[in-house]
Amino acid sequence: MRRISTLAFVLIGVGVAVLLVLVLAPNANPNPDGLEKVAGDKGIDAGVTDHAFAEGPFADYGVSGVDNTWVATWIAGLLGVAATFAIGAGIVLLLRRARPTRSPTPTTTTTG
Amino acid sequence: MIGMHIPDGFINGPTSLVAGLLAIAGVALCLKKTSETLDDREIPVVGLAAAFVFAAQMLNFPVANGTSGHLMGGVLAAVLVGPWAGGLAVTVVLSVQALLFADGGLSALGLNVVNMALAGAFIGYAIFVALRKALGNTTWAVTMAAGIAGFLVPLIATAIFMIEYAIGGNEAASFGTVAAAMFGVHTLIGIGEGIITFLAIGAVMNMRPDLVYGARGIATRTTRPTLQGAPS
Repeated sequence: MRRISTLAFVLIGVGVAVLLVLVLAPNANPNPDGLEKVAGDKGIDAGVTDHAFAEGPFADYGVSGVDNTWVATWIAGLLGVAATFAIGAGIVLLLRRARPTRSPTPTTTTTG
Repeated sequence: MIGMHIPDGFINGPTSLVAGLLAIAGVALCLKKTSETLDDREIPVVGLAAAFVFAAQMLNFPVANGTSGHLMGGVLAAVLVGPWAGGLAVTVVLSVQALLFADGGLSALGLNVVNMALAGAFIGYAIFVALRKALGNTTWAVTMAAGIAGFLVPLIATAIFMIEYAIGGNEAASFGTVAAAMFGVHTLIGIGEGIITFLAIGAVMNMRPDLVYGARGIATRTTRPTLQGAPS
């Protein structure tokens, strides 16, 4: 088995994430998660206040104005996948750029 | 799908503030260490780790009567890109969730980062390394140790949450009552976390073991077989 390139690997990985959003996310279990369930049962969430962005356009993985929950989940999920990928890769890219490089750097010739 | 991290007002202000400061210190350390250690080719893999954890966190699975759970992802990200970049990746996920999707309180972001991103990546990764060594440092040991450490991630997060609850909770229920319920449900969630982590790391170990940070120094079996005489 020949190794796939890093680009191909990342594309496959993102493809799987997209598939998870498209196929599984709309079918996710709608029950409260562990923390939320325990909190509700035991009354330890009495002081909880509304999220500052509770009325935001993508609050709770919906899309304001889109009533179809499948479509809303798709849009929110794909937006989240794109945003987390871009920010995650972007931060480390900036870190690498800012760092004095190990490898000999090509002399930065500014044009103009 | 609900997907809820700690919301605003759940843990009192001073405790949230301290957690916020801890989170800032932890993330700063992650940034420093990542810039020192990360391989350039891992840059898109860090993006992938964040995107995959985000997608997986949308997939609540049933764990018990009327209760669901979802991946936290700390060990998955840490084994893939290392504890520093892994901690960053999960922090990115939690931040996007809080800011864009109103999931997890803004004042509780520090709590959520400490519990899920930093504890998962740091403590979870340390457990992963210990397990990997105990299991013999093989390719299989990497995948198995990731799965077991993954199982422990929700329990680690719960333990830290219980500290936060003890300090800054509303005291509506006794510590023991909350702890019993939280550890019980998160043991079940851990099974899901362990399985997802096992499958995901196993898949990457099959495709590109050289990209798995947690497998560095491990003699991977893929020694580039040239069965078909393919140019390498």
